[in-house]
Amino acid sequence: MDTSSLPLLSSKQMAAFVAHGFLRFDEIVPPDMAAAALDELASGAGPAAWRADDPHASDAGRPLGTLWTRSPAIGPVLRLPRVAGLIHSLLGPGALYDHHYAHVIGPRQPWSQPWHADAVLDPRPLAFDIQLMFFFHDTPREMGGTMILPGSHLRRANELEISRVQNFRGQLPTVCPAGTLIVIHHGIWHCGQPNRTDRARTMFKVRLGPSGKQLRSWDVTDLDDPDVIRTLRHEHPFTGSQARLEIVNRIKLWRCLTGDPTFDIDYWLGRMGEHAPAGR
Amino acid sequence: MRQQLLFLCLATPNPTSAVVSWSFFDGTGGTTTMAGDGDQPPYDSVLAAMKDGWRVLQVPVVRAAAPGREHETGPLPYEFVLEKLVDPAGRG
Repeated sequence: MDTSSLPLLSSKQMAAFVAHGFLRFDEIVPPDMAAAALDELASGAGPAAWRADDPHASDAGRPLGTLWTRSPAIGPVLRLPRVAGLIHSLLGPGALYDHHYAHVIGPRQPWSQPWHADAVLDPRPLAFDIQLMFFFHDTPREMGGTMILPGSHLRRANELEISRVQNFRGQLPTVCPAGTLIVIHHGIWHCGQPNRTDRARTMFKVRLGPSGKQLRSWDVTDLDDPDVIRTLRHEHPFTGSQARLEIVNRIKLWRCLTGDPTFDIDYWLGRMGEHAPAGR
Repeated sequence: MRQQLLFLCLATPNPTSAVVSWSFFDGTGGTTTMAGDGDQPPYDSVLAAMKDGWRVLQVPVVRAAAPGREHETGPLPYEFVLEKLVDPAGRG
């Protein structure tokens, strides 16, 4: 895929991802494609060359560009210019497929999934995977959908060890129109919500990882916009007296993404000699 | 008697500070609770819960950060555990 003409994320959007751990794109998938995607998911077909005869084959670690090449809907959705552009912006060129899953919650399912972070604790200090969560049909509150905790993505929690908590200040249920995409940082805390309607709820998730450095792969023309720093220093209500630690960790991630080791907010890392000679 | 447990995470280790997360587990079986079932905490602080009869079972232990891990964050650190003992038949 030619990535040179893709619509890329702005620095302000990237800063929002770094601060909140997610981005939301309402109705990014046109209605006809969304309906076709639901049909394709219902067929159970996998990502590799429409390989219905080998459903257990592992495609993990393969370039996304080599998958869903002949699928009627999921492939075209992932290759929508805005979708491909945000993947490129967040991960850099050559995103790698990790796994996908169609989360289908049946009608009148009264229980919530406990709060958790996906997969085992990830020791990478700054690099991140993304998860695309597509809501191909209208998702009102009584249908769920996935609840996320904005700003939790840089906190180290292994799977269900946060499951004792039921509610956080600032928790955010996904209530959205058909065709909406929520992109999350792999570390964000989340839980599937009950479906109190008479219809099944489907959320299609795809996890993708970087194949190289995640470095200035978005549209950086607005890098010096004051809204970037304003966004990075947002304080989420659940963080309490650790709010500044969150901002320090965002500074570190922003330095990594921009390649600027001197980036700072209010000299918080600078005063610690973070870009002074080693050992000082 | 049956036990009810209330977990309140606060903004700081100070029991008068604001509740930032909460959970309720009802040993009487009278109430079922789950993730995402409330927008507002049952109390503004641990002290407010104490004034309503909740007994504090556990307070958070505050530790210095390990060298090299001063900026690391994880599960919320300032968790108080509170209980009430309730007669499920409503006696006493």
